[in-house]
Amino acid sequence: MSIILAIESSCDEMSIAILKGKRELLCNIVASQIDTHRLFGGVVPEIASRMHVECVSTVLKTALQEAKITMEDVDAIAITKGPGLVGSLHVGMQAAKTLALAYHKPLIGVHHIAGHIYANELVEDIEYPCLCLVVSGGHSELVYMKEAFSFEVIGQTLDDAIGEAYDKVGRVLNLPYPGGPVIDRMAKEGTHRYKLPLPLNDDSYNFSFSGLKSAVINLTHNAAQRGEEIIPEDLACSFQNVALDVLINKTIKAASEYNVKEIIVAGGVSANRGLREKLTERSPIKVLFPPMAYCTDNAAMIASAGRIMFEKGVLSELDLSVKPSFDLEGESIHESN
Amino acid sequence: MILKTEQDLIDFGEQIGKALFPGALITLKGDLGAGKTTLTKGIGKGLGVTKIINSPTFTIMKEYQGEMMLHHFDAYRLEGEDSELGFEEIFEGEGVCVVEWPQYIEHILPEERLDLVIYKCMDQGREILCTPFGEKYVTLAKELEL
Repeated sequence: MSIILAIESSCDEMSIAILKGKRELLCNIVASQIDTHRLFGGVVPEIASRMHVECVSTVLKTALQEAKITMEDVDAIAITKGPGLVGSLHVGMQAAKTLALAYHKPLIGVHHIAGHIYANELVEDIEYPCLCLVVSGGHSELVYMKEAFSFEVIGQTLDDAIGEAYDKVGRVLNLPYPGGPVIDRMAKEGTHRYKLPLPLNDDSYNFSFSGLKSAVINLTHNAAQRGEEIIPEDLACSFQNVALDVLINKTIKAASEYNVKEIIVAGGVSANRGLREKLTERSPIKVLFPPMAYCTDNAAMIASAGRIMFEKGVLSELDLSVKPSFDLEGESIHESN
Repeated sequence: MILKTEQDLIDFGEQIGKALFPGALITLKGDLGAGKTTLTKGIGKGLGVTKIINSPTFTIMKEYQGEMMLHHFDAYRLEGEDSELGFEEIFEGEGVCVVEWPQYIEHILPEERLDLVIYKCMDQGREILCTPFGEKYVTLAKELEL
């Protein structure tokens, strides 16, 4: 059984996980930096990378202790190569290369989104073909997967990602960062009182959340000019209903057209309770959500994707470099090659 | 300059994209929802970028291959940050740079550039204000009849 040590440092978090076999997680250490970022209302790349440098060796030591193994027991090092913030990615990449070189271990460069997708396999086997809804601060994509590690992006956002729309609406409503989870909680207490446009409600599988964001801004501005009070819970509820409706409608339509066995959800917004409830309720086929603990960035998911790449013999050279933007489709593994 | 529809904004961006030279820098100011990313889509189209250009807010920067490389920045989340960001190298490179929310990284922006401000009008149209800095950009603005 393989033992994979994975490092993930693409954004807020510096995380190291050790995975034995398919889903025996020996540890998943996440050094969250979210408190610092809250002060700035967002991620600050330089702060993120500086803090990663400070904590990488501590996180590694803690990970090995908790897993009760030594570096010699590890079969391969998996590392997030992108997409993400360049400075943050570099810190993890340097640590991974150093370990690979010093301990003569193979290096596996993992696409961040492939990691999010394979967080699902930490719970149960994914059944192919499947449709994956990737929803996070930087992504809103529908990915068709004919088989393991085959990615075809059939729809994506034309402007803002869903998580970004949540955070920006949060900022308009003066909510603390990150706004997404707060809006999700508030929406539960509100009623759908405000009329907002259903964004890009067309036949494509693409999304658009910029217009919805603008509609929320216009609504609050107009109310302020008229001296009317906005009920934040109701606005959160109206926004969330409209945003989720379009996500869910398109996902279910694509699942039916592509005739998939199941729908899997990936990315930070998969922690959204409204999305979990509604999609599960409305989907005619099985929906898999990653466990709450693996929704946000973490190294366990990178280990999970890395494990498959290791089994398929897809390894990286030591001159592997990070990339701020990266095509997911290019990561597909073709068995015939 | 007044632009009535979203398509006008994209067409205007396309004109800019076609007129740009290697290493060109354009900054875009405007409120949330003013159309900065939409205008950038047009610039990308003019540069021959075929991929979908979407918001770089979360990742701070996205890159696209066209006839020239397009670096699309969004400094929205960098408010209050004054340490080194490592963007200078890219600004000095051969690619084209478009920077949204430039006010947050004013201290590292090269002086020579084209500043655009997008105002949202009451009727949902857009007014664009343009200020060129440096000879090359004055020529560019003339060429674009700004």
